[in-house]
Amino acid sequence: MLRRLLTIMLKEEKLDFKLGIIARPGAALANKTGSFRSEIPVFKLDKCTGCDLCIYYCPEGVVFGDKKTKKYSFDEDYCKGCGICAEECPAKDIDMILVEK
Amino acid sequence: MLTNMLTKEDTHKQMFTMGHSGCSGCSQTMAVRLITEVLGKNTIATSATGCLEVISAKFPESSWNIPWIHSLFENSAAVASGIEAALQITGKKEGITVLAQAGDGGTADIGLQALSGMFERNHDVLYVCYDNGAYMNTGYQRSGLTPYDAFTSTSPSGKISFGNNRPKKYMPEIAMAHRIPYTAVASVGYPMDLQKKVKKTMSIKGSKYLQVDVPCTPGWKYEPRYSVKIAQLGVQSGLYPLFEAEYDKIISVKKIGKKVPVEEYLKLQGRFKHLFKDEAGKAEIEKIQKIADENIERYGLL
Repeated sequence: MLRRLLTIMLKEEKLDFKLGIIARPGAALANKTGSFRSEIPVFKLDKCTGCDLCIYYCPEGVVFGDKKTKKYSFDEDYCKGCGICAEECPAKDIDMILVEK
Repeated sequence: MLTNMLTKEDTHKQMFTMGHSGCSGCSQTMAVRLITEVLGKNTIATSATGCLEVISAKFPESSWNIPWIHSLFENSAAVASGIEAALQITGKKEGITVLAQAGDGGTADIGLQALSGMFERNHDVLYVCYDNGAYMNTGYQRSGLTPYDAFTSTSPSGKISFGNNRPKKYMPEIAMAHRIPYTAVASVGYPMDLQKKVKKTMSIKGSKYLQVDVPCTPGWKYEPRYSVKIAQLGVQSGLYPLFEAEYDKIISVKKIGKKVPVEEYLKLQGRFKHLFKDEAGKAEIEKIQKIADENIERYGLL
């Protein structure tokens, strides 16, 4: 019964998995976790030393940037706003601001 | 190892992708990212039941960009042993890392028997224990790795109790007693140290045990932004000594330089809140300080 239902749903391309209950690698990207947050980081890019620690410490892995140009940014779709980057930045170059929806 | 994150597209290609449903500030996912980025795409991972399995494999989504299997609570090590044995017999083991993962309960309590068997047979597997000091996934019940005097839902603090009344199990030393080629303890507070240790395991044949300290926001009851700070204080106070061992000999320890009083570490966490209420709590803090001092002496951390 379940198998038949799954086959029908797959034919109509409603679900993002194959039979045998296997999800596609990295399919979690469909889950935009940005809705978790109440605060959002602001990269001031003012006193940045390019140490890359914000990339290492981000639990989500949303921070990206170049050591050479010292320009860092993050993916707003997934950032959960935990504030670890702001707390751990050695130059205190990241601020957390409250977002109101 | 994470220096290749230049654009937004690069961040989407990680071995453990974003979009998982972990808590804001979860340091376990931080550890998983750091470890899987070093091991690379030629890795087969297993996960015991626990937070990691629940947050990364929310049906029909998966955060894993590497082959991954969910084992039972107790047999992450046994499943990884089977995968390794199958790769050996089919001649495909060369260049492939088998990674077994479990939480502290899945390692030190429920999965100890399977883990011991894996060590005994010396399977070429890297076993990682994410130690957050309780069964956080099911509501913060006490485990064998819960530290002394910590509040958990099955060791509550109150009039006649200060929380967990037994010391933390010396799990790395149980691993060392099996005479496996490599045992290490790391912390998310020191990501470069963690990645260096993982890199080292890739060149060693045989069973490897790695225990990582991962503070848990809801379980340890602190604000999400302090995850890394608390992990670092745990190391600096001597309560979480970081070391590497080959067979039964400790070959290197991470020196802490200046000793930090354990109060600094305890006062940030809600699970130790009851120790700061009265005089009796102070005596308990003294006992915890004694545990830290013993660790410092035992491992030569200063």
